[in-house]
Amino acid sequence: MPGDASALQLVLSADPALMGIVWLSLGVSLAAVGLATIVGLPIGALLALTRFPGRNACIVVLNALMGLPPVVVGLAVYLLLSRSGPLGSWGLLFTPKAMVIAQAILVTPIIAALARQTLEDLWVEYRDELAAMNVGPVGRISTLIWDARFSLVTALLAGFGRAAAEVGAVIIVGGNIDGFTRTMTTAIALETSKGDLPLAIGLGIVLIAIVVAVNALAWGVRRTGERFAG
Amino acid sequence: MAVRAPSSDLPIALENASVSVGALTILDRISLAFSPGTPTVLIGPNGSGKTTLIRLAMGLIEPTSGRITFGGRERVPPLRRAIVFQRPAMLRRSAAANIAYAMAAAGIDRARRPGRIEELLALVGLTGFGERPARRLSGGEQQRLALARALARDPEVLFLDEPTASLDPAATKAVEDVVQAVVARGIKVVMSTHDLGEARRLAGDIVLMHRGRVIESTTAAEFFSTPKTQEARRFVAGELLV
Ligand SMILES: Nc1ncnc2c1ncn2[C@@H]1O[C@H](COP(=O)(O)OP(=O)(O)OP(=O)(O)O)[C@@H](O)[C@H]1O
Ligand SMILES: [Mg+2]
Repeated sequence: MPGDASALQLVLSADPALMGIVWLSLGVSLAAVGLATIVGLPIGALLALTRFPGRNACIVVLNALMGLPPVVVGLAVYLLLSRSGPLGSWGLLFTPKAMVIAQAILVTPIIAALARQTLEDLWVEYRDELAAMNVGPVGRISTLIWDARFSLVTALLAGFGRAAAEVGAVIIVGGNIDGFTRTMTTAIALETSKGDLPLAIGLGIVLIAIVVAVNALAWGVRRTGERFAG
Repeated sequence: MAVRAPSSDLPIALENASVSVGALTILDRISLAFSPGTPTVLIGPNGSGKTTLIRLAMGLIEPTSGRITFGGRERVPPLRRAIVFQRPAMLRRSAAANIAYAMAAAGIDRARRPGRIEELLALVGLTGFGERPARRLSGGEQQRLALARALARDPEVLFLDEPTASLDPAATKAVEDVVQAVVARGIKVVMSTHDLGEARRLAGDIVLMHRGRVIESTTAAEFFSTPKTQEARRFVAGELLV
């Protein structure tokens, strides 16, 4: 492969163009996970701790939404934010904010569904004890979230992995504008089609390294949790 | 000290209380009172309704029909009652943190907690186990930690659902000693057991249950010397009641 040496050089020399792309990708994905956590965690907790008609249907839908096709989400957000769309006046289309919104929509069901499962499993164990200790609703939820924190962090990291590796949604709503909305995945797609393999491969290496690091982190968090909390 | 409600939860009185799930009647028109004093011991074969009766008296479930009152009041939250479940669940924290959690939930002064935790761990024979993850303790150790955790709430009534079922003889002795100490402090104990010897050792009153009904409810002395019903006679004689 002709590009190998120069790809590695790009990575090792922390080429500014490449680093700009990497930082934007990380920033967008982190912001999306943050937003998705704020929305998804309460949804997961609510579904875990309450019983209401249609709850099972909600859970099924939520689980199905984990597999949302990114391009469809991208299209929906595009239609929403495009100049003639309902939120067109916000002027967000082809900005990093639009990418954050699209990724947050993709990641929220993942975080909500995983949090729901984790919290519900713990709730089944804790319910009687907490009731016997007269712990109120706020205390219950905070106890469950605190005691499940290691598993919940794993859910957030899963969401981050999904966001960072995703290309379909960000390319539609971000537009892949050089130096502004170009992320690792969209750059890889573009550079490959242009034939600039060194940059594509260099970004590929960084992306894989990030995904591996995130998974290692998830594993470490889980291990630590088991050691300290049993 | 914990802030205490001015009035007592005792006596806990059941009047014709039934509990059913669907068509199944688990407790059948039970009238009974748990009053201050010596321990009340519930005995009866598997599935006779001991656990359900304890959950009802603790206030975790409500009767499907009939009434239950706590010191004459209905629906009193379990501020002054504590329970050790038949299979206690440990929080994902250290042994000491499990006790601390119960104290916090009961509104016990933060300053009082550390010393009291050590006392309670010592009381149940778990000195030195404080920093261990509670879920890593053995079944018997968890059972004793659950007892310490229940006592941490400074209850007026303590429910124990087969507290010694999974314990070896030494640990059983330790738990029975704790129960005696708790009783000496004026706490009302309501416990279930399958162990006739334990019932003899601890009971002030005996409630014999069979198929969701109370068959005999009397003092321990009377129950063991002159059991009135056929079932009670067979139970005291050590026959299998099914
Ligand atoms: N939520 C429930 N739904 C259906 N049946 C129940 C429920 N709870 C208890 N039962 C049934 O009610 C009966 C009494 O149960 P309970 O746990 O009170 O018995 P127990 O006397 O404590 O038995 P053991 O000695 O085995 O602990 C059992 O037959 C049990 O299967
Ligand atoms: Mg039982």
